[in-house]
Amino acid sequence: MNPTNIKDPEYFHKVVDCQYACPAHTPVPEYIRLIAAERYTEAYMINWESNVFPGVLGRTCDRPCEPACRRGRVEEEPVAICRLKRVAADYKGDVKNLMPKGPFTPNGKKIALIGGGPASLTVARDLAPLGYEIHLFDEQPAGGGMMRSQIPSFRLPESVLNEEVGYILDLGIHAQFRTYVSSMKDMLGKGYDAIFVGTGAPRGRDLNDLPGRQEAGDHIQIGIEFLANVAFEHTSKIGKKVLVLGGGNTAMDCCRTSRRLGGEDVKVVVRSPKAEMKASPWEIEDAVHEDIPIYENHVPKSFVVENGKLKGMMFELVRAEYDEKGKRKLIPTGEPDVFFEADDVLIAVGQENAFPWVERDLGIEFDKWEVPILNKESFQSTLPHVFFGGDAAMGPKNVITAVAQGHTAAVSIDLFCQEKSLTEGRPSPLTNLIHQKMGIHEWMYDSSVASDLRYQVPHADKVKSLKDRLMEVELGYDDQLAFKEAQRCLNCDVQTVFSTSRCIECDACVDICPTDCITFTENGEEEDLRNRLSAPAHELDQDLYVSEELPTKRVMVKDENVCLHCGLCAERCPTAAWDMHKYLYNTAKAGGMKYA
Amino acid sequence: MTFVRPVFRHPESPTNRLGYTRKFYEGALSTLCAGCGHDSVSGAIIQACFEMAVEPHRVAKLSGIGCSSKTPAYFLANSHGFNSVHGRMPSVATGAYLANRDLMYIGISGDGDSASIGMGQFVHAIRRNLNITYIIMNNGCYGLTKGQDSATADFGSKSKAGIPNMYQSIDMAGLALELGASFVGRSFSGDKEQLIPMIKAAMSHPGFALIDVVSPCVTFNNNQGSTKSYDYTREHIETTAAVDFVPLMSEITAQYEEGNSINVNLHDGSVIHLSKLAKDWDPQDRHSAMNRLYHAKASGEVLTGLIFIDTETRDLHSLLNTTDTALNSLGKENLCPGSSVLEDINAALR
Ligand SMILES: Cc1cc2nc3c(=O)[nH]c(=O)nc-3n(C[C@H](O)[C@H](O)[C@H](O)COP(=O)(O)OP(=O)(O)OC[C@H]3O[C@@H](n4cnc5c(N)ncnc54)[C@H](O)[C@@H]3O)c2cc1C
Ligand SMILES: Cc1ncc(C[n+]2csc(CCOP(=O)(O)OP(=O)(O)O)c2C)c(N)n1
Ligand code: SF4
Ligand code: SF4
Ligand code: SF4
Ligand SMILES: [Mg+2]
Repeated sequence: MNPTNIKDPEYFHKVVDCQYACPAHTPVPEYIRLIAAERYTEAYMINWESNVFPGVLGRTCDRPCEPACRRGRVEEEPVAICRLKRVAADYKGDVKNLMPKGPFTPNGKKIALIGGGPASLTVARDLAPLGYEIHLFDEQPAGGGMMRSQIPSFRLPESVLNEEVGYILDLGIHAQFRTYVSSMKDMLGKGYDAIFVGTGAPRGRDLNDLPGRQEAGDHIQIGIEFLANVAFEHTSKIGKKVLVLGGGNTAMDCCRTSRRLGGEDVKVVVRSPKAEMKASPWEIEDAVHEDIPIYENHVPKSFVVENGKLKGMMFELVRAEYDEKGKRKLIPTGEPDVFFEADDVLIAVGQENAFPWVERDLGIEFDKWEVPILNKESFQSTLPHVFFGGDAAMGPKNVITAVAQGHTAAVSIDLFCQEKSLTEGRPSPLTNLIHQKMGIHEWMYDSSVASDLRYQVPHADKVKSLKDRLMEVELGYDDQLAFKEAQRCLNCDVQTVFSTSRCIECDACVDICPTDCITFTENGEEEDLRNRLSAPAHELDQDLYVSEELPTKRVMVKDENVCLHCGLCAERCPTAAWDMHKYLYNTAKAGGMKYA
Repeated sequence: MTFVRPVFRHPESPTNRLGYTRKFYEGALSTLCAGCGHDSVSGAIIQACFEMAVEPHRVAKLSGIGCSSKTPAYFLANSHGFNSVHGRMPSVATGAYLANRDLMYIGISGDGDSASIGMGQFVHAIRRNLNITYIIMNNGCYGLTKGQDSATADFGSKSKAGIPNMYQSIDMAGLALELGASFVGRSFSGDKEQLIPMIKAAMSHPGFALIDVVSPCVTFNNNQGSTKSYDYTREHIETTAAVDFVPLMSEITAQYEEGNSINVNLHDGSVIHLSKLAKDWDPQDRHSAMNRLYHAKASGEVLTGLIFIDTETRDLHSLLNTTDTALNSLGKENLCPGSSVLEDINAALR
């Protein structure tokens, strides 16, 4: 293999597994260390720069970082990255003063944002401080998009959302709520320099073809519409017996909301085996904890309606079979169909984008699934000054993806308004590699590796919380628990940096490394090398760090996979050929802005 | 400075025949200087014991005084240990070995510990042929007392203090050969590929097995002009043969060049396989071993590898015809048979 090019900003970025997996590349270990040091305000600002909604995300994020977390590769559970983020939000001091303060000198450009969800709000946050005049349109009475209309208050208190949406609107955004944009053509005629579409994926799928669907009337509701109605207080109760169809997070929110509106016998029914449910494991766990059973392998067959009144539903029993390609087929088992009684049914079987308000003769092209055709790097549509982001761009995902795409679109819009290329020469990430040496064998970070298992987040009493849909279920870590959980982080951003010219090949690092990361051996092709290392190295997503050739004609090869960043190799190295350097990586924000 | 080793190990750490991972053979975190050769020797001992599936509670590690003699704290935490007095490890080992022949003995010493203050003890342990793996971590200096030249420092070699050594050096391997040792090897802390199989072979050898390991002192004797530095050793290293140890009941899987390799069969059924043999050298012939060693010394080579082995050796227990049972397993009636037995003995001598 060729020597590893550690100057490539992505090399060490990849080693910080959580940050790399985070769509917005939040510098996770940096904020976790700040939490351990009780510097919550700074921890918050680091988050705010990257993900804009730390308080919201600390409660609701889909946490793609956690399955990636290195800790989960050396013990059972990853660091509770998400819930530590909430700690920063809960205990921070005054942050308003640390945020950009208007009025900003206008740069003469006007931007329209259609939709006021996290994607649009991120674009607003990134562009307003640069002097753009931002006009935001949303049909809802307040900003936040689905964070407001869909995510229930028992998971995300309104006050937290209001605070974080407020930080953005306070940057001088011209927001027009209760304003549905019904024609893109009209918008194009208003002279905006660029338009960003962040209208989400607002259409919930129905089961129109199922017998009985039409007769049952309003006792059958689309899940996301039901949730919005609850959020905006148009709906305040539901029948005692509720069936929720679907196995995603929307289904979980529907069933738990039902429990709080009077549903006593609430069932979730899914077509697939439980193991394939789309909902996050923790959401399923919380639903089960609230006495909601989940029935798997039940395919809805019909709604049973008597005298115009919904009685329940029939389900066909199936089992999953998989062909060689792993494609699933649901095969009826032949057992008799099952009937479940129901006063109300909530359909939560998927969501899609819909653009009835975008005329099709404007030059904005859509593919056959009605998804806009975009440049994947810049989120520019086929009409150059129109950009898309969030669920509107690629179908329903989650808040953090919407935020990440908002940042990207903001960079694009800023480049576009300066008549620069949107693809070549996009700003590179800001990186910094900082020595951690403090004394002879003393580091500026806490290198010791805590052996504690993951700490549980305390929950509110179930009896009480089921009575009040506004009561937050999770109480969050207190400062003590937060400290202990923060100590579980392995500081993956503190990189082991190797200098070939200093190495005397004494083997000290090989001997000390607890996880056998380091090998000195003859060079070879990657596949061959991977089979010759001190420990199995077949995790192909995890890079090998290869040195230049050493005097004995060998090379140093380090498998990054399970390095604990304990710094022992560097402590045992007599010549500082190994050294620990903290790697900061921040994706570039529009206009090169820094917020933390 | 870290004093506690993280508890985590590689999630796919292999296990040995007993179901233990290597972690079970580790010791406390070393407090030696960063880069000290001795830590590598500890690492090799851990690996060898792991691969041999040694039962840790069947091992006793004994040492004298010195940085080298501290290392038993850094390996085999689950074994017995005795950190004795400077140069006196051989007598403690003799006592322990005579009392309990069921344990496997690993003696750890330094060049100061064995070649100066402990020389008298060292030579007699060899003559008596204790069944022990005796490892000298040889750095040519007294590391622990800040790097004074030891008796193995080569003539003219300079330590960090910069003064050329004016005395002739003692070659511990040559001395052991002279004294009739039945297993003599030399190795280098920076060459685990050789050191690990040598340790395994030594542990399987039923008599005194010396491994003189060049183990650089990074702090006091790794400078230009030293003949015990990493660089010097690497530049001058030669081998008698490549060593492979094949334990009992396992197949020989490696491919060896014909003609230029031999198998040495040990009594327990294991095999030491030697390939790429040096010219005019037979590991089972003491004369040729001595010749090879003298030649190396004269030409400034650091000769490593297995130098000599006598598989027909008889250890002290068989020479003395002692009981087969460890003393701690004999009952009081055998250990202290009473005054009438004493009277019988005395009577027989009258
Ligand atoms: C029930 C449910 C629970 C969820 N829970 C989570 C969770 O826990 N964590 C998570 O990360 N994600 C969750 N999501 C997904 C997440 O809410 C979305 O992925 C995210 O909000 C998408 O952001 P966005 O900015 O793209 O669009 P949205 O948040 O959907 O915002 C779009 C906004 O545009 C407005 N709008 C649409 N069309 C027009 C128009 N023509 N004129 C004016 N305004 C318009 C809408 O009213 C809305 O306010 C959940 C989704 C659902 C349905
Ligand atoms: C009876 C006695 N005399 C002298 C000493 C001082 N002393 C401690 S270690 C040592 C030499 C150790 O040298 P070596 O065995 O080569 O060990 P190294 O530290 O080099 O590994 C000496 C002389 C002592 N501890 N006890
Ligand atoms: S251990 Fe810490 S730095 Fe490493 S991946 Fe997990 S949270 Fe990120
Ligand atoms: S920091 Fe060094 S010693 Fe620690 S696990 Fe990583 S490579 Fe091994
Ligand atoms: S003084 Fe020398 S022998 Fe002792 S620990 Fe340091 S390097 Fe090793
Ligand atoms: Mg010494």
